[in-house]
Amino acid sequence: MKILVGYKRVVDYNVRIQVKPDGSGVVTDGVKLSANPFDDIALEEALRLREKGVAEEVIVVGIGPADLTAHLRNGLAMGANRAIHVVTGDAVQPLTAARVFLKLIEKEQPGLVILGKQAIDDDANQTGQMLAALWDRPQATFASKVEIADGKATVTREVDAGLEVIEAELPAVITTDLRLNEPRFIKLPDIMKAKSKPIDTIELGSLGVEANDQLKTTHYAAPAKRSKGVMVKDAAELVAALRQKGLL
Amino acid sequence: MSERETMEYDVVVVGAGPAGLSFAIRLKQLKPEVSVCVIEKASTIGAQILSGAVIEPQPLDALLPGWRDNPPPICVPAGPDEFYLFSKSGARKLPLPPGMHNHGNFIVSLGAMCAWLAPQAEALGVDVFPGFAAADNIYNEDGSVAGVRIGDMGVAKDGTHKPGYTEGIDIKAKVTVLAEGARGSLTKQLVKRFKLDQHSDPQGYSIGIKELWQVPAGRVTPGKIVHSFGWPADTRTYGGGFLYHLDGDRIALGYVSGLDYSDPNYQPWEAFQQWKHHPLIKPLLEDGSILSAGARAMATGGYQSLPKVEMPGALLIGDTAGLLNVPKIKGTHQAIKSGMLAAEHLAEKLDARGFDARLRGSEVMAELKKVRNVKPGFKKGLWFGIFNAAWETATAGLSPWTLKNKADWSSLHKLGAQEQPKRDYVQRTLPPRDRLAGVYFAATEHDEDQPIHLHVADTNICIDQCTTEYGNPCTRFCPANVYEMVEDEGGRRLQVNAANCVHCKTCDIKDPYEIITWVTPEGGSGPNYQNL
Repeated sequence: MKILVGYKRVVDYNVRIQVKPDGSGVVTDGVKLSANPFDDIALEEALRLREKGVAEEVIVVGIGPADLTAHLRNGLAMGANRAIHVVTGDAVQPLTAARVFLKLIEKEQPGLVILGKQAIDDDANQTGQMLAALWDRPQATFASKVEIADGKATVTREVDAGLEVIEAELPAVITTDLRLNEPRFIKLPDIMKAKSKPIDTIELGSLGVEANDQLKTTHYAAPAKRSKGVMVKDAAELVAALRQKGLL
Repeated sequence: MSERETMEYDVVVVGAGPAGLSFAIRLKQLKPEVSVCVIEKASTIGAQILSGAVIEPQPLDALLPGWRDNPPPICVPAGPDEFYLFSKSGARKLPLPPGMHNHGNFIVSLGAMCAWLAPQAEALGVDVFPGFAAADNIYNEDGSVAGVRIGDMGVAKDGTHKPGYTEGIDIKAKVTVLAEGARGSLTKQLVKRFKLDQHSDPQGYSIGIKELWQVPAGRVTPGKIVHSFGWPADTRTYGGGFLYHLDGDRIALGYVSGLDYSDPNYQPWEAFQQWKHHPLIKPLLEDGSILSAGARAMATGGYQSLPKVEMPGALLIGDTAGLLNVPKIKGTHQAIKSGMLAAEHLAEKLDARGFDARLRGSEVMAELKKVRNVKPGFKKGLWFGIFNAAWETATAGLSPWTLKNKADWSSLHKLGAQEQPKRDYVQRTLPPRDRLAGVYFAATEHDEDQPIHLHVADTNICIDQCTTEYGNPCTRFCPANVYEMVEDEGGRRLQVNAANCVHCKTCDIKDPYEIITWVTPEGGSGPNYQNL
């Protein structure tokens, strides 16, 4: 069985996000970019399934500009067998990403697609669900435990009320939650090995994917700053200040 | 336990700063067949680089002809230079000291510049590995340096192995090049082991604290360079501020304090924040926002403190050797030049021997010799320091004497041993409010469940002796509020908030009992600076 893993590059979670002064987006120049943490979890799960003998091949997929190669090499260093780089300079919305994955599925015929439940940049939480619908296959989202046997995935999901266990017939889409696993550290020798692993490059335009985005971003803005606190001497002054503001 | 995994290179470089990357680039240019790797503890190249920085471009011209057509992301040609003596409410404009003319230089972000250099090294075949900390030196049977050991990943705070535990590998090389920056943790061990400093003065250091601001449109004159001394420093403390106008309505500013200060109550971070409130600075920043902030020690001992820079199997380049030019307040050109010189040396033969003589015979050392007496003169106070600096500059360092440096840890006076300097400080209004608010802008990150990377040899000294003698200065010299004395059911104790650490190394330098040792945390930990 092949496993296809979505591997998105995002602004690192440690970076303080800054909105561009003209409100056209967030600053990404000179900013640390790294794998979406949920995608690292997805890749780790795929690698564990391969190590258990459930899968033979793990393929990481990235959609983005030419310099995404370095990021995909990290996925290969973690242990993926090969990578597919779908090249586009444009920002990709969930529906477009799902359509791209569908095209790759038709070509690769994977038994399982594992995606992060959401990317920490747009927090959309849509690609996995949309892909399952387009593909017309089962979905198991927010997975915190995955077992594969007899052509079925038994997935424990994190839901509001607690944990829910569902069975899905393969092929299927699984999206990962935070507690599914803890991704491994990359080892130096594996970085060297990753240099010789194949990365297939496909132009987004050549896939025949409709990329007319449904959503238009009008502008970005930073959250409003909290105004400064005022120190009061005693309770009387506090009461007076609250009165003045019409709060009492 | 199984045998530790090993990788072999001709040369391993510790640290992807300007020295290490220039070295790797130059060596590959001269000898493409030599295998070189660069190990960097930051999670990404440039994330733990902090500098002013106005740089002299000549070494870059020599290293990468044509770089001006493809400059680093932040690279503003130097404009007018201004030099001031500050008082609390005023400023006297002074003639520019000769070393501080910046015409022809560039204001850069050294972090962004390193991130720009790294791919150029990789294109030449250098393996650059960010996110891996060189935790230890390894040695051959004959005692020579054999390479470095990468730190283990996935070790819990109590030393046990967490589920993802990954043993660090050994990188073996014919020559190990230390380019760790000031007070490198491996260099420190090597200096001791090979007695590299037996014929030199102790190294001296300063701490630089820096912020990058986004300010409202219309205030910035790209290229303008402002330096000041005087307030908020008293005349016995060596300190000065810098403010560089970048493009895109950004300002880089910071404050450098000599770590040879004597007052145990001195707080370098507070001095910087005070300086920002000077009437010449504050109006530029008001209503702006901080983009990134951090701190780093730099070596300011200069000529007389330069240790021997070679030992069997290894050599030192850049600021871990200590090549910064204090009156110019520049070290990048020296770092690049020393890196190139080391590359030229190893291109002839992969052998560290002879590099010390080569460096001492080069213009890198000639430049340091000329200015060797400038910084030590300030030990005798500001006015003597200025007079002495003028003399040394006028005579181009031809004085027959060389002033001595002392170790910074030994310069603190005990509480009450000197009159408390009168610190004429103002009520602050600009952010950040305190060090914890400030460290947020360093985006520093350490997995809390890992061994504390700041080793305090004997915390009993902190509780009794240090409290009485110096009042626990670690709680004040640390710019990131890592050290706290707390009182709880167990009594008074030292609390080390290692997760806040920005890897500036000040504690390792300044603690008066020499009991704090900075070691590398898990690879990839530490600050994540943006364009510092």
